[in-house]
Amino acid sequence: MSRRIHFTVDGQSVEADDGQSIMEACDAAGIYIPRLCDAEALVPQGSCRVCVVKLNGHTVAACTQPAEDRAHIESDTHEIRSYRRDLVRMLFHEGNHLCPVCEASGQCELQAMAYRLGISQDAPYPYLQPVRPLDASHPDIALDTNRCILCGRCIRASRDVDGKHLFEYVGRGIHKRIGISAATLAETDATIDDYAFSAGVCPVGCIIRKHEGYEVPIDERRFNKQVIGSRIEAKLLDDNEEEA
Amino acid sequence: MTERTIQPGKTPGNRVLEIDPLTRVEGHGKVTIHLDADNQVSEARLHIVEFRGFERFIQGRLLWEVPVIVQRLCGICPVSHHLCAAKAMDQIVGVDQLPPTAEKMRRLMHYGQILQSNVLHFFHLASPDLLFGFDAPARQRNIFEVIKKNPELARQGVLMRQFGQEIIEATAGKKIHGTGAIPGGINKALSQETRDALLPRIDTIQAWAEGAVDLIRDYCQAHPEQIAHFANFPSNAMSLLREDGAMELYDGKLYAVDTEGQPIFSAVAPADFNQYLMEEVRSWSYMKFPFIRSLGSEQGWYRVGPLARMNTARFISTPAAQKRLLEYRHLNGGANGETNGKGMQHASLLYHWARMIEVLHCVEQIHRLLEDPDILSGELRAKGERREEGIAIIEAPRGSLFHHYRVDKNDQITYCNLIVSTTHNNSAMNRAVTEVAQRHLSGQKNITEGLLNHIEVAVRAYDPCLSCATHALGQMPLQVAMVDATGKTIQQFTRDSGHA
Repeated sequence: MSRRIHFTVDGQSVEADDGQSIMEACDAAGIYIPRLCDAEALVPQGSCRVCVVKLNGHTVAACTQPAEDRAHIESDTHEIRSYRRDLVRMLFHEGNHLCPVCEASGQCELQAMAYRLGISQDAPYPYLQPVRPLDASHPDIALDTNRCILCGRCIRASRDVDGKHLFEYVGRGIHKRIGISAATLAETDATIDDYAFSAGVCPVGCIIRKHEGYEVPIDERRFNKQVIGSRIEAKLLDDNEEEA
Repeated sequence: MTERTIQPGKTPGNRVLEIDPLTRVEGHGKVTIHLDADNQVSEARLHIVEFRGFERFIQGRLLWEVPVIVQRLCGICPVSHHLCAAKAMDQIVGVDQLPPTAEKMRRLMHYGQILQSNVLHFFHLASPDLLFGFDAPARQRNIFEVIKKNPELARQGVLMRQFGQEIIEATAGKKIHGTGAIPGGINKALSQETRDALLPRIDTIQAWAEGAVDLIRDYCQAHPEQIAHFANFPSNAMSLLREDGAMELYDGKLYAVDTEGQPIFSAVAPADFNQYLMEEVRSWSYMKFPFIRSLGSEQGWYRVGPLARMNTARFISTPAAQKRLLEYRHLNGGANGETNGKGMQHASLLYHWARMIEVLHCVEQIHRLLEDPDILSGELRAKGERREEGIAIIEAPRGSLFHHYRVDKNDQITYCNLIVSTTHNNSAMNRAVTEVAQRHLSGQKNITEGLLNHIEVAVRAYDPCLSCATHALGQMPLQVAMVDATGKTIQQFTRDSGHA
């Protein structure tokens, strides 16, 4: 049995197994730390930085940073919220995120994160407005990489869960984007049953399961019913109710 | 209401009337009036100078996105575009017959749309002209003065529209720009809770709709001279009809009748519309001029919308609206109202009366559907064999709306052509503007504010998209220019909605 450690998050005591990441420990304790590149069943990679927290005064990614005994962690502070807002706003400016017509609207983690973080205005950055061709060659799946936020969840899902290596990052810096292992998706061995194409892996509307768009009525869409992170926070509420 | 101010023009004696900077550009309209050497009006033109580009940028998108994207053409009648595109996509996915629940949910959405749009137009946009007079001071001709003068009437207008919007929300998920219709069906049935909340209100809404028909009927009967002489001209008419000749707003075959009500073409399948209609381009407007192919561009123009639907239909399938149709057809002693050719109406102002009869029809249809058990459960979506082309027609509030698409094997749109209701009415609106300008402007040296409003009243009767897209409470951005015999602009008025 692993050693138990104790630390605080915004003054609240948290107990965790030694070796757990800050995010794992906080999730278990019902404290939600916003994240976009991290997802259940995937190896954390700490690339989106939306889960930024301060560990004893140093900024770290909560999804990859192990928790430390007796550490002081700041997460829901004015400064950290400001970092997260800036990061998410920049993602909106890098891609073409036309929420009013996107079939991911209401199920999209980027959109839901913007609502959670109170983003209601454009950032003072230019819109890059990428013009990348839609890959609709596959009979069951389409890719609109104009909506990609480079979270890499599809890369890890295909590589680590499906064992197919369908996706990989290509290019560097501002030119970085998601590439596929053939000229078109139809030329890969992708199938609709791959974990990489299951609902919830792509956090935005980049990976499209064909002919399923808008099937979920507006009032039944995931984030129309609850704020992103509320499932994790519900655990804390349940614990408190049990204690009461 | 925005006030009009007069500013000096560049040439001595010329004037330019301006109202605030033009801020909304979705609904640009312009009128030019051409005068001969004796200051007589020789021609007047309504120019639609907006350009949207949806037909181009929808290309490459995926077929199921189309009903959601194209509805963004409009904030007043998005449901019409949503459903028309969905009907075209039904054909692409090989579905000719929707499951009953899907078809009834879509119809419910559509009747809610026509109800709210027609009510909006009548109460919010048109009623100030009718209640206060075309020449009433500009500051009086707005919904706020209607509220002051007749608060109960205004309240009914607002609440009827709200009811229509709530029907749309119940079926599409949102009051504006929802996502209910999907290729081959609908994404939900109506919940019992929602149905039970809407149904008890229907009798009140129907009573108010009857009252609205009374109001416009009484107005028309009290103003026979105005009805007879204001933009009253015979025209062909076109709309969808049910195969037994009943007025049909959601689906049906295309029919056109001449000025006497005799058939020009009948029971044309939407997919064949190109064999019967053509479009002409004129250099001075972004809007095309459609015409009936067999009659040519000079004689083949026609009207669509409420007035046209009353002229093409043999009858209306709901009892209260049918009773009102007969009453309408008897205006000015217009013979028996049961068949085409007897009781044809051509006065532009009668659009308002026809529009309210449609409101009543929609309320009756909504009542029927809310009591239909199919609306609460059943199969939502059908599938079929893929096709490459889809053509659909729906009767939008303003008239027949055409959507035509081609889709490649990857499900991407390769071709899109939309012919919207206002386009069909282009020639008729130009005719209406000319009639009014000739009657009220010929020989006049100065354009008055009252004249400007007469022209607006004529255009407004058609409820064109250029007025609704501005959301501008009874006004539309409108420019009137007087052009002399040499082609020189001698006087110009510019009017804006005045709203950001």
